[in-house]
Amino acid sequence: MSEQHGSGGTITGAQSLVRSLEAAGVTDIFGIPGGAILPAYDPLMDSRIRHILVRHEQGAGHAAQGYAAATGKVGVCMATSGPGATNLVTPLADAHMDSVPMVAITGQVGASLIGTDAFQEADIRGITMPITKHNFLVTDPADIPARVAEAFHIASTGRPGPVLVDVTKSALQSMTGFDWPTELVLPGYRPVTRPHAKQIREAARLILEARKPVLYVGGGTIRSGAHRELLTFAELTGIPVVTTLMARGAFPDSHPQHLGMPGMHGTVAAVAGLQKSDLIISLGARFDDRVTGNLDSFAPGAKVIHADIDPAEIGKNRHADVPIVGDVREVLVDLITTLRTEADAGHTGDYEGWVAFCAGVKAKYALGYEKPADGGLAPQYVLERLGAISGPDTIFTAGVGQHQMWAAQFIGYELPNTWLNSGGLGTMGYSVPAAMGAQVGMPDSVVWAVDGDGCFQMTNQELATCAINNIPIKVAVINNESLGMVRQWQTLFYNERYSNTDLHSKRIPDFVKLAEAYGCVGLACESPEDVDATIAKAMEINDVPVVVDFRVHRDAMVWPMVAAGTSNDDIKYARDLAPQFDEDDL
Amino acid sequence: MAQHTLSVLVEDKPGVLARIAALFSRRGFNITSLAVGPTEHAEVSRMTIVVDVASSPLEQVTKQLNKLVEVIKIVELESSGSVHRELVLVKVGATAENRGQVLDLVQLFRAKVVDIATDAVTIQIVGNADKIADFLRIVEPFGVRELVQSGMVAIGRGARSISERGKPVAVPVPPAANA
Repeated sequence: MSEQHGSGGTITGAQSLVRSLEAAGVTDIFGIPGGAILPAYDPLMDSRIRHILVRHEQGAGHAAQGYAAATGKVGVCMATSGPGATNLVTPLADAHMDSVPMVAITGQVGASLIGTDAFQEADIRGITMPITKHNFLVTDPADIPARVAEAFHIASTGRPGPVLVDVTKSALQSMTGFDWPTELVLPGYRPVTRPHAKQIREAARLILEARKPVLYVGGGTIRSGAHRELLTFAELTGIPVVTTLMARGAFPDSHPQHLGMPGMHGTVAAVAGLQKSDLIISLGARFDDRVTGNLDSFAPGAKVIHADIDPAEIGKNRHADVPIVGDVREVLVDLITTLRTEADAGHTGDYEGWVAFCAGVKAKYALGYEKPADGGLAPQYVLERLGAISGPDTIFTAGVGQHQMWAAQFIGYELPNTWLNSGGLGTMGYSVPAAMGAQVGMPDSVVWAVDGDGCFQMTNQELATCAINNIPIKVAVINNESLGMVRQWQTLFYNERYSNTDLHSKRIPDFVKLAEAYGCVGLACESPEDVDATIAKAMEINDVPVVVDFRVHRDAMVWPMVAAGTSNDDIKYARDLAPQFDEDDL
Repeated sequence: MAQHTLSVLVEDKPGVLARIAALFSRRGFNITSLAVGPTEHAEVSRMTIVVDVASSPLEQVTKQLNKLVEVIKIVELESSGSVHRELVLVKVGATAENRGQVLDLVQLFRAKVVDIATDAVTIQIVGNADKIADFLRIVEPFGVRELVQSGMVAIGRGARSISERGKPVAVPVPPAANA
């Protein structure tokens, strides 16, 4: 299909761009046109690629993220130069932190105008250097196919991440040929996926020697599609499992070996499981401060096997006794083979006392919450029922804050790619557009956006996009009329001085009317008795988006909690209540 | 102060210097000196970066650099196995009375006078950091009017080259979906 090269070809750079996106296998793009990208929108009209016109570029970016996280494919968003491109900055930073494969195409002012402070000019390549895996500025239309092919390759291989391709308007308007590359030359980009055999043997030796091992499962396990291998490995060894916020769904919550989520709002069992272990087997996790708490006192007696596809994560925060660079799935496959061979030779680990200890902590300090004394609605109850009623195939997205933590804790996840949230960057407003993207990528799935009333008001304009484009997401607004997590910190650490956290969102706006104004169905629920019926009603509506205003008790807090900067040893499972561990069991 | 000299081979692409400088800045690594220029391969540039890693381990610096797509190779050049040089142009006060003394020092350090005026000489000196520091200390009493210093460049001793490369590995691309 190679045609003429260079200038004077038969198609425009814009046509080459659209053909390149088609060649890369793109079927859906989220975006908004504008001056500099305008040439690309003309051939896009004739393409079989579905372009979804969003209402804000941030929505396009998060939609591309949600699409990618739900499907495992590269998500694509498109925007014009200047403000269009800068509106993508937050989703790009978010995708960079959470390793989401994504390609952003932006228009740039004409090549001769670059550097002149032209209308809608912004150096988006410079701006996004620290928040993308890589980025390109394309000024020669002949380069368009190669740069697009490289962008998709870089975004989707190794540790996934966002790649931005900034194309000048002059390149889009010039004549060129179309020559889709058959191979890419990227001398500095060689991600290692195959783990080193010596490291695998060393890891196996530590695993067999350990008495108190724990599997610390991170988001990389989901990105590598390693959930089956994880289940096999966990059941082969009997080692307890914790799944981080980014890894919820990588291992079934219903599994008896699962201790839950570790970290600042993790379960007591998961926090203690890491803290008291003698061997942490880290799989695609990065020892984030929200997991480790105070790093110096984190899991003081544990050796660490750290498997990650990104060598820079290994040893970054915590020394690794056995570093393994490789794809988590391949690491697990090799470990399974090695440990099976050892088991055949009669060598297995002895974790009996440890497993019993972990199970005891899990039973004694199960997740729970208090029902509001006034008979009001507990937010945790809403999420518990939402999880139970909608079932394990449902995809949930969340914003950031209390509702996100409750959604991570109480819904219950059995499958990978069913829990999408903003983990690293903590982007309020992620939920609705990410749900939109997930629904486009998975049209047959039920998609619930769990959102706070604060988050929801940051990006709910995409309800218009959903209603117009038949993207029937469901939104559960956990409305406690405040910036709840900030308010919780004010309660705990600022003497209950509630500076600027009261949103009055049970009064303004009227979320039901807002939903209706956007062509969605709006429902409201404020008593526990109505929760099941309301959810059931929302589940029956599949032709338009539904927004449910769950008007919950405003003083509910997220527990357990390890206060920021303190040791995991100081976990509280409720206010002023520290768990007591019967260490004699160990 | 723990200083290390890194030779970094990079693709000669627009923006690569900004990418590397910004990486050092945002990760909190301190650059003591940075020099960049072309190599014997037209498409490859070489940076010599002297990094102060008192605060963060060198391993993390090189791992983060290696993540940059345009970084091809990083080699640490230990001072024992390599030659390190920097160049200084320094304008020193020198009148008819004391010019002779200044020129003696130039001779002694095997430096070179590159410009002369009635009351000053401009001296070029090439050497490693110690030699340059010694020279500047010794001419200081004459009055240093202006000084400009290149970044450090360094190369390994012996016949081996760090930029000898095999053919770059080409990555196959899936055929066009609409072919």
